[in-house]
Amino acid sequence: MNRTAKVWLHNALLALLALVVLAPLLWTALASLLPPGAAMSVRAAPQDQPDAASFTLNNYRQLFSRLSLGRYFLNSVIVATAITVISLGLNSLAGYAFAKLRFRGRDTVFKVLLAALVVPVQAAMLPLFLQLKQLGVINSYWGVIIPSMATIYGIFLVRQYALSIPDSLLDAARVDGAGEWRIYRSVVLPLLTPVLAALGVFTFLTAWNDFMWPLVVLTGNDSYTLPVALAILSGEHVQDVELMMAGSVVTILPVLLLFAVLQRQLIGGIMMGSVKG
Amino acid sequence: MSVSAATAVSARRVGLPSQRWLGLAPGWWFVLPALAVIGVFFLLPAVATLALSVTDFDIYALADLRNMRFVGFDNFRRILAGEQADLFWQALANTCYFVLIGGPLSVAVSLGFALLLESKLTRMKGLLRVIFFAPVVTTLVAVSITWRYLYDRDNGLINNALETLGLTRIDWLGDPRWAMPSIILLAVWKNFGYNMVIFLAGLQSIPGELYEAAALDGASPWRRFWHVTLPALGPTFLFVGVTTMIGYFQLFAEPYVMTRGGPENSTYSLVLLMYEEGFRWWRLGAASAVAVVLFVITLAAAMAQIAVQRRAAA
Repeated sequence: MNRTAKVWLHNALLALLALVVLAPLLWTALASLLPPGAAMSVRAAPQDQPDAASFTLNNYRQLFSRLSLGRYFLNSVIVATAITVISLGLNSLAGYAFAKLRFRGRDTVFKVLLAALVVPVQAAMLPLFLQLKQLGVINSYWGVIIPSMATIYGIFLVRQYALSIPDSLLDAARVDGAGEWRIYRSVVLPLLTPVLAALGVFTFLTAWNDFMWPLVVLTGNDSYTLPVALAILSGEHVQDVELMMAGSVVTILPVLLLFAVLQRQLIGGIMMGSVKG
Repeated sequence: MSVSAATAVSARRVGLPSQRWLGLAPGWWFVLPALAVIGVFFLLPAVATLALSVTDFDIYALADLRNMRFVGFDNFRRILAGEQADLFWQALANTCYFVLIGGPLSVAVSLGFALLLESKLTRMKGLLRVIFFAPVVTTLVAVSITWRYLYDRDNGLINNALETLGLTRIDWLGDPRWAMPSIILLAVWKNFGYNMVIFLAGLQSIPGELYEAAALDGASPWRRFWHVTLPALGPTFLFVGVTTMIGYFQLFAEPYVMTRGGPENSTYSLVLLMYEEGFRWWRLGAASAVAVVLFVITLAAAMAQIAVQRRAAA
């Protein structure tokens, strides 16, 4: 086989795989635009494809008017944004300090944190619920936000990156009379921008998609985030395929768009976290 | 002025990290907020799970803590050999099925896609990488709902495609033999992009000279893969293997959304059991026992995998 044929075959295979991987997402988008009852008659054969003229935005209209999806969307935006902003702050402070500041017990504490990575989050959920009940934050945004305000993975990722900041730069700032807080804000933070961008996207996606803890802690209809609302709605509306697919699109589209814009940072960050790990 | 005194003065003047506030070095003040969150809202409750697992904490204790009693290992007896045993062992078996089949399958698929992408023949590498990664960023609950419809016995897209190909329809989520494989297929589709990216990082860090040397020796592509690529990916395999396994032990959203653990409990997972015991029936003591078992198994499996791979590398 000559090289041209090889290249063609190889890339045809990749294109086919790409289509298979995207198919469930494409079907979701397509079904969300169909009138009730039409999605499940979509066949693989071309002659069974639905008519483009039958496309409708009715499902979306229903979601926002009758099922108050706008409320859940807003909840998701608030919770995911708050988690991202707060945890970026706390993780970057800690990650930088673990990499660059000297203090007694630093390495021991860091080792304990790394060891704690093997503890599944579910192992802490039951007492955590009681704890947050004591604090009176069950069924509130804070109930979702508080446990995610700092993460071991985030600290670890920032530390890996901060290790490459030259000490001479920090010492020069100290000689100029800058305090540690000032150095962090005006010297370190700008240097950390790439890793914070990666961690920021990663954190937002994780918070937006998170399901189990919000399901546990958000007990009232009004405070649901999108995944919780969707899971509960899908139990009540099993037959409303097109409606549910519109709900899926509303849930997935924001994160897919965010990913499309910041994919380089996100994928770069994940690669960074694994190589030295 | 002695030398050490002079150093101390200059250190104070330039504000070296030895400068303290309330007796703590600046480094401590930097890590303290994050440590407080992780300590109070993760490590403390994780340890408290142990304490809770030897109590009969239930809905009455939720109302008034005085209704809680110490019951020793009763919860463990109940789930391991008592009235909950059947469901527990089934959940454990299902979870192990998911981890032992789904985990390696997912890692293999990730490696396969990474190798395909990394090939010199590949065009539009960047675009393909984004496409293959896209399922990772999607919301698990949303795509689980989608796949529930794709798996529909009478009208689902997958069965329609099978029929077009002349194959028989399968009752994917309705047949106890097929339900777990269906969930595995969804999980692999959803996750493979993540490990693919990590494998890509590993592949790109293999020095090109290794391949050139192997090519000079006349090694076939297959032998190059077996003797150069795979050994060089050793550390990546360990990282990917352990993190994937820990993640797969936490199976929850897929059965919760798609099957509620059915049919015939064939997709009931340990975390689903913990959730239902704890947050549906409010038996937090018994649920904590499940959490402890889950943690012990996860830890043992992670350590076993590290030991095996160390031996393989040695």
